[in-house]
Amino acid sequence: MANAMLEIRNLDASVGVADVEILKGLNMTVRRGEVHAIMGPNGSGKSTLAYVLAGHPGYVVTGGEVLFEGQNLLAMEPEDRARAGLFLSFQHPVEVPGVRLSEFLRAGYNSIRKSRGEEEMSARLFNQMLREKAQLVEMEPSLIQRSVNEGFSGGERKRNEVLQMAILEPKLAVLDEPDSGLDVDAVRIVANGIERLRRSDRAIILITHYQRILDYVVPDYVHVIVDGRIVKSGDKDLALEVESVGYDKYEEELEKSLSG
Amino acid sequence: MVRQRTPTQEERYLTAFESFASNGWISDPSWLKDLRTSAIERFRELGFPTARRGNEEWKYTDIAPIARTQLEVEVGDESKIGVASIEKFLVGDDNWGRLVFIDGAYSRELSRTPPLSRGVSVTSLAEASATMPDVLEKHLSRYARYDEAAFTALNTAFIEDGALVQVPDGAVLEQPLQLLFVSTTPEAMSAPRTLVIVGRDSKVTIVETYVGLTGGRYFANVVSEIAIGVGAVVNHYRVQQHSKEAFHVGTTQILQDRDSTFNSVVMDAGGALVRNNLNVDLAGENASCTLDGLYMVNGTQHVDNQVMIDHQQPYTTSRQNYKGILDGKSQAVFHGSITVREGARKADARQNDKNLLLSNECEADTKPALWIYCDDVKCGHGAASGQIDERALFYLQSRGVDQEAARRLLVRAFASEIIDSVKQEAVRAHMETIFDEHAQEYRLT
Ligand SMILES: Nc1ncnc2c1ncn2[C@@H]1O[C@H](COP(=O)(O)OP(=O)(O)OP(=O)(O)O)[C@@H](O)[C@H]1O
Ligand SMILES: [Mg+2]
Repeated sequence: MANAMLEIRNLDASVGVADVEILKGLNMTVRRGEVHAIMGPNGSGKSTLAYVLAGHPGYVVTGGEVLFEGQNLLAMEPEDRARAGLFLSFQHPVEVPGVRLSEFLRAGYNSIRKSRGEEEMSARLFNQMLREKAQLVEMEPSLIQRSVNEGFSGGERKRNEVLQMAILEPKLAVLDEPDSGLDVDAVRIVANGIERLRRSDRAIILITHYQRILDYVVPDYVHVIVDGRIVKSGDKDLALEVESVGYDKYEEELEKSLSG
Repeated sequence: MVRQRTPTQEERYLTAFESFASNGWISDPSWLKDLRTSAIERFRELGFPTARRGNEEWKYTDIAPIARTQLEVEVGDESKIGVASIEKFLVGDDNWGRLVFIDGAYSRELSRTPPLSRGVSVTSLAEASATMPDVLEKHLSRYARYDEAAFTALNTAFIEDGALVQVPDGAVLEQPLQLLFVSTTPEAMSAPRTLVIVGRDSKVTIVETYVGLTGGRYFANVVSEIAIGVGAVVNHYRVQQHSKEAFHVGTTQILQDRDSTFNSVVMDAGGALVRNNLNVDLAGENASCTLDGLYMVNGTQHVDNQVMIDHQQPYTTSRQNYKGILDGKSQAVFHGSITVREGARKADARQNDKNLLLSNECEADTKPALWIYCDDVKCGHGAASGQIDERALFYLQSRGVDQEAARRLLVRAFASEIIDSVKQEAVRAHMETIFDEHAQEYRLT
C-alpha cells in the first residue's frame, strides 16, 4: 500500500446540526493514475464523501481516518488540502457575486505555487494561461471576466469547474457529478476535457449517475455506494450493470447483509 | 409641538453668534445678515434634535455627544497648511479644478481654478459675496431649508465661506471639480457651505471630500445645495474620511428640474458620529436620480445615512442602492424615505440597502419609509443584512485561497457593486484606496 495516494479507512461522517450519520464505515483506496467512478442513489452520501475530503466545515467526521500521500488529510484546512494537491469539482458550484474567476483563481493558483516554493505568476501570464485552457472545455472567454458562476448556465458552471481543475493541476481530483444536467454535446465536451487531464501521476474520483460519461473517461474501478457504505466494487462493467438494473438490488443486498 | 432642549448646549452657539455679528460681518450685505439672524433664531427655537419618542428622523442616532462637546466656532486659518499634507486627499489629475477649504475658509494657495467657459463661475463663497452678490442673494439657502433642520440652521447662521459653482444654460464644466474640506482644529466646529447652480442642459461633475488632519474631536457641520436645471446632468461624488473621533453632520439638498439627471455616489469611511442627509426633490417631469452609497464602520463608529426622495412630478425616477460593511461594535443606520406626491403618476422608485456584518457586536438598522399618494406608480424596496456567505468562502478556500484572503476577497466583492460602478476613473481609484485602507482593519480570521 506504499504507493496509495488516498487511503480512506472506516470513515464515519455526519452533517448539520441534527448530527445525521451519512457515511458509515466507508473504505476506499486510490492509487496514482487511477480513475475511480462512484455511483449510488440520491442521498447515499456521495457528495458528503466529496465534501469531507475537501474539508467542508458543515460535515463532521465522527470516526475513521483519511490519509492523503501519507498525511492526515482530515487535520488540514481546506486551502491546505488544495495546496497539497486535492481538487473538488462541485456538484452545485456557488455564485460568487463580485469576484471574477481570473482574480480568485490566480490567488489560489499562486498560493499553491508558493507552498511548493515556486514563483508567483503575473496577472498577464495567468490570464493568458486561463484563456488557453478555457479552450479545453470550449468555454467562452468572456465568462472568465464575469463574476464566478453568476448567471452561468448549469453547463457553463460544470465547464468552469473542469477549467479550474486544468489550471490547478491537482494530484487528486474529486469530480462530483460533472455531467449531470448537461446535454449530450456538453457531456462530450466536459468528459473529453477530463479525459485530457488524465495522467499517470494523477488520480480521479468521478461521481456520476450515468454510464455515458464513462464511455469517455473509462474508469479503472467502479464503486456502488448505498447508505454511506461501498456495497460493491468492480471494473467498468459494473457501471453497465448499475445502469441496466438500478440500485434496488444493491440496497436489498445491503439490508440482507446488515440483518444477517 | 413642545420641544425639549437643554439651554446650555445651544447657548455657546448663540454666544458665538453674538460675537460673530458684532465683529465678523460688518461689511456684509444686509440680506445675508438677515439670513443668518433668522437662522440662529430658528436654531434657538429648534434646539439640537433628540432621539425622543416619536422623532423618527433621529430614532437611531443620538447626537448628544456633539451637543455636549464644548466646541468653538472656527473660522479657519488656511495659511498653516501646506500642500504636502493634503496630497493624499486629492482626486484627479492636473486638469481638474480644485477648491480647498481649511476649517471652512477658502485657501487660494491650495486651490486651482480650472480654465472656464464663458459665464461659468467656480469660486469661494466669500469672494462671490463681493463679486456676484445678486446670485447669492437669489439662491443661497433657497434650497436647503432650515425651518425644520437644526443643523442646517446652525450652518446657515454661520455662513461665511464655502464654494460657489454656477454654470449658465447650455454651458458645461469641462473638467471635474473637487471641493476639498479639511478640518484641522480639534474642539472646533466648521460650517462650510456649498452652492451649485446648474443651468439648462449643462453638465458638471463635482467631488466633495471631507477629511481631517487632526486626530482630535472636531465637528464638520456642512451643507450643500444644488439646483439642477432643465435637462442638466450632475454627477456628484461625496467622500467622507474624517478622523476616527470626528463628528460630521452633512446635508445635501438637491432640486431637480424637468428632464434633469442627478447621479450620486457617497462613501463614508471615517468619523465617530456621522449623519448624512441627502434630500432630492424631483420637482420636474421626467427628472431622475441614481443614489449609490457605501458606508464602512468599525470600532465604535456610528454612521447614519438619511436619504429622502420626493417625487413631485410625473415620470420621475429614483434608484437608491446603499451598502454597508460593519465590524467591531459599530452601528450603521440607513433611513430611506420615498414620497410620491399626488399627480406624480408613473413615478418609478426603487430602494435597496444591504449590510455585511463582520462581527457579532455591530448593528445595522434599516428603516425604509414609503409615502405614496398616487396610484399609478412603481415603487419597491429591499433590505438585507448578513454575514459572509460561508458557501462562497468554502468555494474559494477549496481553490487554495487562504481563509483570511478569501474573506477579504468577499468583502471587496460586496463593495464592488458600488465602487466598480463609479464611472469617473479617478474617483473610483480614490474610493478603492480608501476601501483598502479601511479593510486593513477588519478582523477576518
Ligand atoms: N446540510 C445538510 N443538512 C442536513 N442533511 C443533509 C445536509 N447535506 C446533506 N444532507 C443529507 O445527507 C444525505 C446524503 O447527502 P449527499 O449530498 O451526500 O447525497 P448524494 O449521494 O450526493 O446525493 P445526490 O445523488 O442527490 O447528489 C442526504 O439524505 C441529504 O439529505
Ligand atoms: Mg450529490
